[in-house]
Amino acid sequence: MTLVLDVQDLCTSFHTRAGVVKAVNGVSFTLRKGEVLGLVGESGSGKTVTGFSLLGLVDAPGRIDRGRIVLNGQDLVGLPERELRKRRGRDIAMIFQDPIATLNPLLSIRTQMTMALDAHASMGRAAAEKRCVEVLEKVGIPDPRSRLDNYPHEFSGGMRQRVAIAIALLHNPSVIVADEPTTALDVSIQAQILHEMRSLAQETGTALIWISHDLATVSSLATRLLVMYAGRVVEEGPTAEVLNNPRHPYTRGLIDSLPATAEPGKPLSQIPGTTPSLLSLGQGCPFKPRCTYATDICDTAPALSAVTKRAWRCHHPLAMEGAA
Amino acid sequence: MLGFVIQRLIQASLVMAAMSVIVFVGVYAIGNPIEIIIPPEATQEIREATIRSLGLDLPLWKQYFIFVGNLTEGDFGRSFIYNLPVLELILGRLPATLELVLISVISATVGGVVLGIYAGYRPDSIIAKTIMAVSVLGFSVPSFWVGLILILTFAVNLGWLPAGGRGETVSLFGVQWSFLTFDGLSHIVLPALNLAFFKLAMMIRLARAGTRETMLTDTIKFARAAGISEGRILRRHLLKLISIPIITVFGLELGSTLAFAVVTETIFSWPGVGKLIIDSIAVLDRPVMVAYLILTALLFVLINLTVDLVFAFIDPRIRAKGA
Repeated sequence: MTLVLDVQDLCTSFHTRAGVVKAVNGVSFTLRKGEVLGLVGESGSGKTVTGFSLLGLVDAPGRIDRGRIVLNGQDLVGLPERELRKRRGRDIAMIFQDPIATLNPLLSIRTQMTMALDAHASMGRAAAEKRCVEVLEKVGIPDPRSRLDNYPHEFSGGMRQRVAIAIALLHNPSVIVADEPTTALDVSIQAQILHEMRSLAQETGTALIWISHDLATVSSLATRLLVMYAGRVVEEGPTAEVLNNPRHPYTRGLIDSLPATAEPGKPLSQIPGTTPSLLSLGQGCPFKPRCTYATDICDTAPALSAVTKRAWRCHHPLAMEGAA
Repeated sequence: MLGFVIQRLIQASLVMAAMSVIVFVGVYAIGNPIEIIIPPEATQEIREATIRSLGLDLPLWKQYFIFVGNLTEGDFGRSFIYNLPVLELILGRLPATLELVLISVISATVGGVVLGIYAGYRPDSIIAKTIMAVSVLGFSVPSFWVGLILILTFAVNLGWLPAGGRGETVSLFGVQWSFLTFDGLSHIVLPALNLAFFKLAMMIRLARAGTRETMLTDTIKFARAAGISEGRILRRHLLKLISIPIITVFGLELGSTLAFAVVTETIFSWPGVGKLIIDSIAVLDRPVMVAYLILTALLFVLINLTVDLVFAFIDPRIRAKGA
């Protein structure tokens, strides 16, 4: 399948008064047509900043320091804002966590969809309406023609997120970055939307980057997983393999802290400590202070090791079961 | 929507009824106008005849009900001093205040919102910092001083603009207006600037705060992610999102400036209602004070009602609640 997105050594940092915060530190990955990539990690691991970097929407004082973001054969890093804007929404779109906050409460769905359409295409009223109805139908909004003139508050949370997804789909982008889009929804709606997103990705060939801190939802959707910690990718591989056989202790910790894996009545297991401040990262492995396997060698940065489809960044990778 | 309007109208009439009592009692507690109206050398007979003819011998509640009775016939009473119907007196002065205040409040709002959005959109630019410095001045420098400095600079030293009065007026709908003639307009500029300065500062602050807050929201990020241009985001998304507090303050400012443009009207000898009320307070001209305060209350009630209707027009969520 064709490669739509190739990210190499992406570094995004925030230049604050307290110092330089390296929010994304050398992230590389590729994305093929129709593929669903899960980006997981705790809060502050750099997932969301990675997503915003892809769209060139990192707010000041943040900026992309180096790296390449090749979308459909063209590098986006260093492109002027005007050029980036032409690609946003058309080639790469984004949906957010809270659908209440993303849609403008004061504008009708028709107005908001038309604005998004007009950003990249000039079409007549009738054609625009037809396109809006088409995508709303695709994301499962019943009776889309009459709902076009509704306002966001007249939709339920799940429906609102569908509208947001519909707006992202308007121009059939190659990539959609979904930043925790189901976190604010209740579980049954989550499952519906996950299911629909997967079939949408297959139908339209749109590749998805699904950002989440929730391994459980991502694993039901993503074909590949990227585990981030302190701005770095610490483990990468096909979802099932990573989940069944994590090589990085951090991934192991994430999996163990899932409520589904816990014994009822016993306290949930958790990763000790908290994510490190990105201001004061040393040379070594950033996970060292929280890692039970850490030794002196962990004071040097672990290089990326790779075997076929898997990659990890650890001096003491966990044993490969079965494969070993 | 209709239910909402009716409910607000009932509320408004209750407010007006309460206001009339408070104003009436309040004004009558301030002092007795008899000592000012009647010369000290007048005989006892003349004194008593005058008091009777003005109805001041009656108990307060009776005076109130006579006042309310007359009010229902559209009669606000006669001025003690000018011996003219109060309504005529006030309406004769109102257009002057109205044009001055509307010009200054509207231009302060338009200018303030534009400058404020810029200052909020590019908060670190030198222009934004200059705008904010000017707004601090607008808040802290007293209005009378600004008025005097404006006269000193533009009227006395430069001689570009007149220092006071309304200038040439033109009659429209039977009322005299200054803003329709060039001479009249040149007379409005300085007092309008004087009145607008504080309001401009306030609107800048409001618009800037709203812009800074709104630009960080996911609504704006989502619009950007859809590739919508910055200009359209500012015009279509931001302007609407920050409009509610701005319209609220616009309404309040419009009302309070119409009622209390006293300082500016005095400095620029602008023959508006502000000067009228100050003069009538000085001579305890009760009918003028009462009528003026009640009309002011009515003005506030009407402006608030309009503001609420505009809210409902802008925000569909308020519309849904009112229906």
